Amino acid sequence: MKKAKEKNKDGKIKVLMTKVGLDGHDRGVKVIASLLKEAGMEVVYLGMYLMPKDIVDAAIDEDVDVIGISLLSAGHLVFTPLIVEEMKKGGLDDVLLILGGVIPPEDIPILKEMGVHEVFPAGSLTEPIVTYIRNHVRR
Amino acid sequence: MSEIGIMEWAKKVRENDRMAAAKLISAIERKEKVARDVLKHLFIPVGKTTVLGVTGSAGAGKSCLVSCLIGAYRKRGKTVGVIAVDPSSPFTGGAFLGDRLRMQAHGRDRGVYIRSMASRGYLGGLARGTVDAMRVMEAMGHDVVIVETIGTGQDEVDVARLVQTCLLVLTPTMGDDIQALKAGIMEIAQVVVLNKTDMPGKQKALLELEVALKMRRVEEEGWPVPVVPAVATTGEGIDEVMDQIEKHQVHMRKGDGLKQYAFQKAEKEGSVIIKDEIERVIFDHIRGTGLRRKYLDKIVAGEIDPYTAVEEVMALFIKKSKKHIQVQ
Repeated sequence: MKKAKEKNKDGKIKVLMTKVGLDGHDRGVKVIASLLKEAGMEVVYLGMYLMPKDIVDAAIDEDVDVIGISLLSAGHLVFTPLIVEEMKKGGLDDVLLILGGVIPPEDIPILKEMGVHEVFPAGSLTEPIVTYIRNHVRR
Repeated sequence: MSEIGIMEWAKKVRENDRMAAAKLISAIERKEKVARDVLKHLFIPVGKTTVLGVTGSAGAGKSCLVSCLIGAYRKRGKTVGVIAVDPSSPFTGGAFLGDRLRMQAHGRDRGVYIRSMASRGYLGGLARGTVDAMRVMEAMGHDVVIVETIGTGQDEVDVARLVQTCLLVLTPTMGDDIQALKAGIMEIAQVVVLNKTDMPGKQKALLELEVALKMRRVEEEGWPVPVVPAVATTGEGIDEVMDQIEKHQVHMRKGDGLKQYAFQKAEKEGSVIIKDEIERVIFDHIRGTGLRRKYLDKIVAGEIDPYTAVEEVMALFIKKSKKHIQVQ
C-alpha cells in the first residue's frame, strides 16, 4: 500500500501511442497524444506502420503504463490478438491496452474479449479517455 | 521489480534483461530509494564504454543523426544504448516524447536499447536521472552509450561534462555568423555536424563555423574541432562523422584523457547527487510542518524577504539536526 502511494506521488503516467500495420492516417493519434500530454502524462509517440512485436518491445524498453493504439484501417480484429499475444509473451500483464479509431460498436465486445481494456471509437469525448486512464492505470 | 531484491535486480540488469533495466530507469526517474540501492551495485569503471553526446537546437536533426550513428555502430558489431531527452511541460508536467520515432528503424534490433526520458523540470538539457540511466546502460554491457539532449538553446551545456565526445548538430539556417561567435553551446562540441546541407546556405555556414571555431580559446589541446557536412535523413556524410568520432576517441584516450573524463564525470555526478540529497533531506524535514506556507505568506505580505526566510528555515533545520545527532 505504501508502495502504491509513493508511486502516485512522484510517478507520471507514461503512455505509448502508435499506429499498427498499413494504416497511414495519423492525425487522430497525434490529437490524442497531445491531449494526454496536456493532461500531464508522458507520451512516447511511435508513429505509423508498426508491427505488434515492435510496439510491445518499445513498451518494455520505455516501461509504459498504457499502450494506446489508433486503428482506421479496419484491421482491429486482425492486429489485436497479435498485440495481446506479444504483450503476454513480453510479460506486460500490468499494462493497459486501449484502442481508438474507426471501430464498429458491434466489434467492441469482441475486442474486450480478446484482452483490450477499453475502446474509444471515433466520436469519443476527450475527458473520459483521460479519466479512464487515470482511474485504471495499475501500479 | 522491487520484490526480487537489490542484488538480484542488479544482476538482471548486468545480464542485459531489458525489463529489469527499464523498471530501474523508471525507479530512478521517481527518485525511489531502491533505485539508489541497485545503482550502488552497478558501478562500471569509466572507459570501457564509448560515451557520446548529441546536442543542438530543436529540429536540427539530432534524433535522425543518432539513428544514423546507431546504424553505423551496429554495422561494426557494437551494441548501442540511447537516452533521448525531451522537455516536460512546466505547466502540466506532461511531455511529448518524439525522439524514439526517428530511431524506430532500429526498434527491432536486440543490440539496441532506446529509452526516452522527459526532462521533468531539470535544466541543462538533460533529465534529472540521465546520469544514472547512462550507468544502467553501461551496466547492461552496451559498447556505445549515446545521450541526446532536449532541443537546446544556447547554454544547456551539462551534457559536455558527462560524455567523452560531444556532437553539436547545426543547420545552414541557424542564423548569421554572430550566432556562431556566441559563448556557450558552441564551446562544448568536439565534433560539429552541419546537418541538412541539402538546403541552401551550406558553403556560407561552413565558412562561418570554421572561422568561429578557429577563434575559440576554450579548446581541447591538440584537437581542432572539425565541421562535418551531413544529411541525416539520407545518411550522407555519416562515414565522415564516424571517422571524426573515432579520431576524437583515440585523441581523448591518449595520456590521462580517460582519467580526466572520469574526474569531470564524477565531479558532475557527485554534485548532482549531493544537491538532490540536500534538497530531499531539507524538504522531508519541512514537509507537513506548515513552515513553507507560513514563510510564503510572510513574503507575500512583505513582512520578510526571501533570503532572510530561507536563512531562518535553514537555522531551524540545523538546530534540529544537531539535536538529532546528539540523540543518536
